[in-house]
Amino acid sequence: MNNEPIIVVKDLSKRFGKVEALNGVSLEVERGKVIVVIGPSGSGKSTLLRCINHLEAPSGGQVWIEGELLTSNQRQINAVRAEIGMVFQLFNLFPHLTVLENVCLAQRVVRKRPRDEAERVGMAQLKRVGIPEKAAAYPGQLSGGQQQRVAIARALAMDPKIMLFDEPTSALDPEMIKEVLDVMLALVKDGMTMLVVSHEMGFARAAADEMIFMDEGKIVERTTPDLLFTKPREERTKLFLSQILQH
Amino acid sequence: MAEQASKSLTETSQSPPLDRLSVGRRLVDLPWWFVGIVIVIVWAGVTIATRPNFNEAFRWIKAGILVTLATSLVAYVLAIGLGLLTGLGRMSRNVFVRNFARMYVEIVRGIPMLVLIFFIALVGLPLVIDMLHSLGEWFASIGLTVLANFLSGLENAAVPMVARAVIALAVTYGAFLAEVFRAGIQSIGRGQMEAARSLGMGYGQAMRHIILPQAIRNILPALGNDFVSMVKDSSLVSLLAVRDMTQISRLYAGSTFRYKEAFITLSVLYLTMTVILSLGVQAFERRLRKHE
Repeated sequence: MNNEPIIVVKDLSKRFGKVEALNGVSLEVERGKVIVVIGPSGSGKSTLLRCINHLEAPSGGQVWIEGELLTSNQRQINAVRAEIGMVFQLFNLFPHLTVLENVCLAQRVVRKRPRDEAERVGMAQLKRVGIPEKAAAYPGQLSGGQQQRVAIARALAMDPKIMLFDEPTSALDPEMIKEVLDVMLALVKDGMTMLVVSHEMGFARAAADEMIFMDEGKIVERTTPDLLFTKPREERTKLFLSQILQH
Repeated sequence: MAEQASKSLTETSQSPPLDRLSVGRRLVDLPWWFVGIVIVIVWAGVTIATRPNFNEAFRWIKAGILVTLATSLVAYVLAIGLGLLTGLGRMSRNVFVRNFARMYVEIVRGIPMLVLIFFIALVGLPLVIDMLHSLGEWFASIGLTVLANFLSGLENAAVPMVARAVIALAVTYGAFLAEVFRAGIQSIGRGQMEAARSLGMGYGQAMRHIILPQAIRNILPALGNDFVSMVKDSSLVSLLAVRDMTQISRLYAGSTFRYKEAFITLSVLYLTMTVILSLGVQAFERRLRKHE
């Protein structure tokens, strides 16, 4: 396996009107690494994730996935997105489809897998996230934690090389956070390359190879979880950590 | 619904422990307006059956029922297609498409339906055919004779009034339905499109598999109600001499001077149709809600 970084972000910027959501962010992620991104709201964490799979078109800079520069070519972007799983804060399951259909649709439409293969893969992924028994249920009949696990299975069913998590537990009731984090930890163990925006510090400590602290559209600090929690270099990082770790 | 009404009436009279106030409230809450409409329709039906003049009017007008329903249905199906395309066009990223769709909607909204129907049938369609003729001449000049002959062979007079009427209704309703589709699509949260796109689906695939199935489900009641409106507005095509119910009634009334017979029968026929269709829409809506 080659050692070149699977994600390369160079001098990325994104403006929404007058607001600079990202301001010259550069980042490299190697295969199999888990990176947790933290930072105050509006710091550009989500925008960074969404620019990596071009859900937001960057205003400037470059994104390379597996050595391929992303352009505005729709076909290329669709192909790249198929390789990058994304998990959203609000799950975004398709409410008119059953759990199994949710997990199978993109496999069939994008990967062109025949129905039986898609369902086999789908069921395997539902087992992986621990809810194969809900295959025939509709998303509306599931708890938040179950929905998020289905959303993870839906992304995994595409056999992605990278998984992006955009605050996957922040819309969940407290008692459901663990079941989602457990699934994510299992993924880490399987060697998935993951970029996770989350303030679950327990997860970060247990799983992250590196942590990134963002503020005002920039990467302020990038280091290991140990160092970040014990010896943050930057004042802003210290301040932020003291605010979220106080309780 | 009338049955239901009478049933709950008997139920209330059989349950003595209820106090007078709640009995009164129950009576007030019954759909009396509907009972009233049913009485009107039944009364008209009896009149048509028993009085020779009404009976004759009905037998005339009957011949137009199918024309009214077929015109409405065909125009409606065309309008659905046109409305979906225009609705999507209004949200297109392409500046030309977006503005063209908007212009179409605004033009149709800004002209009275009756005037628009005259315009499309008597001015717009001949204009389009003239343009096709010019196109045919141009094809002839570059040697595409088969296509040229076909286009030049199109004749304005050969397009029957029914077809013009259907096209006119479809163009008019297409603009209304475009707004219904647009609202329906916009009612689906952005996250749905994002989730679909993040899995690698193209815009069209996401629309077809994710957005439209949910949007159409949301707007089905509105679409149903618009079909009911279409049935009513199809009466306008009588002014293009299409022999629908309204036109036949006018002819009948004009030749016999039995205005009362003609237009009472006609009104009750429309009312019966629309009431039945509305009940259908409501039942359908209730079933949809139950499945949610």
